[in-house]
Amino acid sequence: MNIFSQAWALLMADPARVGNALWTHILLSACALLIGALVAVPLGVRLALSKRSALLAINIANTGRTLPSLAVLALAMPLLGTGFLPSLVALSLLALPPILLNTYTGVRGVDAEVIDAARGMGMREAQITRRVRLPLAQPTIFSGLRIAAAQVISGATLAAYIGGGGLGEFITSGVAMMAVPQLLLGAIPATLLALGVDALFGRLQKFMTPKGLA
Amino acid sequence: MQNMIHIEGLTKAFPGAARPAVDHLSLSIPEGELCVLIGSSGCGKTTTMRMINRMIEPDSGVIEVAGRNVREQDPVALRRSIGYVIQQTGLFPHLTIADNIATVPRLLGWAEKRTQARVDELLALVGLAPEQYRQRYPRELSGGQRQRVGVARALAADPPVMLMDEPFGAIDPINRTLLQDEFLRILQQLKKTIVFVTHDIDEALKMGDRVAILRDGRILQVDTPDALLAAPANEFVASFLGSGRSLKRLALATVGAASEAVAPAAGAPSIAATSSLREALALLLETGASELAVTDVNGLATDRLRFDALRALASASHTALEQ
Repeated sequence: MNIFSQAWALLMADPARVGNALWTHILLSACALLIGALVAVPLGVRLALSKRSALLAINIANTGRTLPSLAVLALAMPLLGTGFLPSLVALSLLALPPILLNTYTGVRGVDAEVIDAARGMGMREAQITRRVRLPLAQPTIFSGLRIAAAQVISGATLAAYIGGGGLGEFITSGVAMMAVPQLLLGAIPATLLALGVDALFGRLQKFMTPKGLA
Repeated sequence: MQNMIHIEGLTKAFPGAARPAVDHLSLSIPEGELCVLIGSSGCGKTTTMRMINRMIEPDSGVIEVAGRNVREQDPVALRRSIGYVIQQTGLFPHLTIADNIATVPRLLGWAEKRTQARVDELLALVGLAPEQYRQRYPRELSGGQRQRVGVARALAADPPVMLMDEPFGAIDPINRTLLQDEFLRILQQLKKTIVFVTHDIDEALKMGDRVAILRDGRILQVDTPDALLAAPANEFVASFLGSGRSLKRLALATVGAASEAVAPAAGAPSIAATSSLREALALLLETGASELAVTDVNGLATDRLRFDALRALASASHTALEQ
């Protein structure tokens, strides 16, 4: 029997176990992405609109992007302990930089002439942001979400190290026990999830981009 | 006629600049006039225009629009009451042509039905078939079409005053002429007071009821195109107006302005009374004739235009040619 059919047998033996891990993985990733977006999009917009202090924050975010996922998760443990919540906090932190940077870049990149016309016609600053800057920055912001989603889903496989659960549990235990079929039980669904979510975001991006921009 | 725009002692210095961008500038623009601000880059023409709707705040001086000091008005409300057209149009790329034009009416809270009717009316006015263009997006339009939409958008809420910053500057010469002619035609239907910024002297002379020539933040001379060409105040203005001033003057006036109600000689070449005197001169030179038969709207040659009359007009330095 090859390792794939062994993995299949293992899955069939207790499908709920894999299902639960997959669900935890999705929940962990989705919550982290959501928290990341709720923090990073408004922050990115504010930074893009402010004349000062933006550079520092953007540099910090840029540095944050280079941090290894495992290091962030490992740092969360001594501070927050183990389990779902510390994993969620760490993964949310991982989601921040790409969303923040893309929001900042997207909002900054809106054509100055368009903003000038909007202001010259009598739009208030909040109206310019809501009706002009955000729709025009939307494709770039969405790319940031897509990058963050990929990072969070792959990062979540490491959450098992600090007791966060998810598909990473099969991988870590599989590695520890040198049991390849066990390892595949985590690795294959995690890979499929990452690919599936990326494809989903790709479709969503096409669907959500304002029509005149395509 | 009452002044729609009154500017007094307007001064603006940008930080770090050697001299003020606008330096104690005063200018009054009567209601219904198209006043061109022209000069080379850095002369302060755009800065002056942008202070009228408070896109830039002056250091000192007063600007009144319709008798009210703009500094005492809410800038947002002020801007909604003034049409604004810029060179690159600044159309919203994510909105349809209809939604672009509807911008100010919607800001003003018009009923949607009234807004839609207005959009169609304006599209027709600027020569774009409403049913064909309403739902298109800016990127699907040519530069000239986008600029038409820009003009329509500025006219949407029927503002009495319009600010236009090189509105036809980014258009190729053929379409620019077309747009200029169309805009002049539109203005005959609508009474607007317009501040029109350009660096193209031919455009200025063609479009302006009056032209203000700026240099270093000051107005060197402001007058009708004909008076400017006839009597430039100084060397700079003369050089700015360019060579062939007498020909440019002739281009500004129609044949009707110089013809006499005398029956033309038999066999004289004919020209329409609405043609320019420059065209008349060309015809005289080409045919070698000494006078032209001037035809009215019905094609009847009732008047004549003599070569001598043209020469007298072109050489008279202070004669105002009547349109």
